[in-house]
Amino acid sequence: MKGFPHRHLLSCEGLTAPDIDFLLNLADEAAERNRDIEKKRHILSGRTVINLFFEASTRTQASFELAGKRLGADVMNMVVASSSVKKGETLIDTAVTLNAMRPDIIVVRHHAAGAVELLAQKVDCSVVNAGDGAHQHPTQALLDALTIRRNKGEIAGLTVAICGDILHSRVARSNIALLNAMSARVRIIAPSTLLPSKPDRLGAEVYTDMWKGLEGADVVMMLRLQHERMDGAYVPSQREFFHFFGLDHEKLARAKPDALIMHPGPMNRGVEIASTVADHSRSVIREQVEMGVAVRMAVLEALSQNLPQA
Amino acid sequence: MSVTPLRPASERSGAPRPPQAFLNARLIDPESGRDELGGLVVQDGLIADLGPHLRRNAPKDAAVIDCQEHVLCPGLIDAQVFTGEPGQEHRETLKTASRAAATGGVTTIVMMPDTDPVIDQVALVDFIQRRARDNAIVHVHTMAAMTRGLKGEEMTEVGLLKRAGAIAFSNGKSSIANTRVMRNVLNYAHDFDALIIHHCEDPFLSGKAAMNSGEVATRLGLSGVGKVAETIVVERDVRLVETIGGRYHAPTISCSESLEVIKAAKARGLNVTCGVSINHLTLNENDVTGYRTFFKVRPPLRHENDRVAMVEGIDKGDIDVIVSSHDPQDADVKRRPFQDAADGAVGLETLLPAALRLYHSGDVDLVTLLKAMTSNPAKLLGLHSGRLAKGAIADIILVDLNQPWVVNKDLLASRSKNSPFDEARLQGRVLRTLVAGNTVYQYADRQSAMTNV
Repeated sequence: MKGFPHRHLLSCEGLTAPDIDFLLNLADEAAERNRDIEKKRHILSGRTVINLFFEASTRTQASFELAGKRLGADVMNMVVASSSVKKGETLIDTAVTLNAMRPDIIVVRHHAAGAVELLAQKVDCSVVNAGDGAHQHPTQALLDALTIRRNKGEIAGLTVAICGDILHSRVARSNIALLNAMSARVRIIAPSTLLPSKPDRLGAEVYTDMWKGLEGADVVMMLRLQHERMDGAYVPSQREFFHFFGLDHEKLARAKPDALIMHPGPMNRGVEIASTVADHSRSVIREQVEMGVAVRMAVLEALSQNLPQA
Repeated sequence: MSVTPLRPASERSGAPRPPQAFLNARLIDPESGRDELGGLVVQDGLIADLGPHLRRNAPKDAAVIDCQEHVLCPGLIDAQVFTGEPGQEHRETLKTASRAAATGGVTTIVMMPDTDPVIDQVALVDFIQRRARDNAIVHVHTMAAMTRGLKGEEMTEVGLLKRAGAIAFSNGKSSIANTRVMRNVLNYAHDFDALIIHHCEDPFLSGKAAMNSGEVATRLGLSGVGKVAETIVVERDVRLVETIGGRYHAPTISCSESLEVIKAAKARGLNVTCGVSINHLTLNENDVTGYRTFFKVRPPLRHENDRVAMVEGIDKGDIDVIVSSHDPQDADVKRRPFQDAADGAVGLETLLPAALRLYHSGDVDLVTLLKAMTSNPAKLLGLHSGRLAKGAIADIILVDLNQPWVVNKDLLASRSKNSPFDEARLQGRVLRTLVAGNTVYQYADRQSAMTNV
């Protein structure tokens, strides 16, 4: 195996099927080890990983922190609220300052699309995008792919329906790119007010009718809809959204009988997904969280292979 | 007057009624262009048969009505009616509005959501349907508000409201000033194939204007608003529809510039239509002279050139629909200084005879004129009525095109008397109105507003 041919992981755009397979294979191994009592390895021993989160996150940050620690790295969490960013420092100055501390990998989440790429241009280490605005969140797409692969054996040829707030979703954009690279058939389902312009150009079939969009799907991937978007600007109400775009048993019945139910979390039960569907036997939502740690370990491991070695 | 409440066929009791045969009638079906002498048979609420072969011969057992070669045509569909129910019942109830409609030959009214409370929730659509079922003698459909409280800010539950029976979505008498909101509503409604009917008037430009801007306003010392306040919004909306798609209808345009915008949009293949109120086809700003508040309507009455342009729009088929824009207002809000008086005019009872002015003047042929009040609104709203055809619902009117009469507002069936046609000489009257085969109005059965000359 040649390894992972990229210095950074900024986007799913540009990843090839072999790149993705390489990461998923590593992640599969990590997932097995994570179920052991002894989870710790020392691949990243002596390396410094900085988690730089400009936007609040619980699970992604915890997931990256655990991943780094299980690989033996020194992990530092930069809390934005108490950092110099709040004092008016520009993103580039923050990058240059952190770079001077000689980290090996920086994991960045930022509310502005493209901010992580900008930061990556100013540092000498590897950078992992942990979410930039409505642009990309590649490790989410990778953990989704791993979950699908473990349950379905193969991703190629599957029909994956992504449903909900596509407009604001980096999860959707990452998944569409990755699933296309893996030769899956992607559908997106949303009201027109929650679709970006020219959504079909991303490589997805577009549906505004969820009943039709779920027809024969192998995987149903729900997205979170933020409360402030259900007050009449994008969607009239929670009630109406759930009626037409919430995943309930009736709509789920349109998908294949063995369709997987996925959600990147955190869920709004009763808004985009019925509570009983979230807890359905075909729901793999908790497995997604487990695979999150494994995938992030794989990403850190793969990127570290390209760093200068001791 | 025999008043039969409209009920679903399943609820109607009693033995099957004999068929009714309307013989020796001038049958006009605007949709197919039929205009010939013949007859028509009504059975079980439907048109069982029609054609020249029935001119003299009725089926056995049929109750025969000799139409004396008067016009038998589909009942009118009035796509813009304001009522006072719920909330302003002293102005009009569904019951009184439906009586006014029946008197005027209107067999279907489409209610605007400007009530108190505003019809912006599923439960209110349901309420209107129940009230109409129990009290109205013509068909009543309701529009729902496209934004909550008609405030132009947050969109309503378009999907659920449509499912509950809202026939279209309107922002009532107010325009949506925020273009972003308008775009989002159009975009969202498009997913549900919901029809958007938007009153076009820039609220910042119109401000507190009392009438059309121009020489008359200047002489009267009233603040005026230009036609541009309307045209700008029509143009904006058309541009939005062009990028988003969807079904859009400008309900009451009033000037040639707005019509040009609509014509151009149609030429580009957009799903855009427009309507005009009967007031803007038959009256102009000069009528306001004397500060006559019954002529204060929205949009305001325009210059004679615009009225002529509207008539031409009907004649050429560029304007799709004529509405009464029936808007009952009580004396308290009309008997005020012009600038403080309420907008609005009742019109259900005078819609057809006033429209016939255009026919009698030779400006518009009869079939084209009727089309704008029958099959065109039916098509716009997705109704199966508005036509004379075998198997169609028997919503039919019998009209004497020529009978002259003078309107007396005090004899109007409407609860409010704010008619701009009070004391006007009109020619043509409805002799009989059938809704689903039941006669809900018959001339001479009541003291009507139609006093013979």
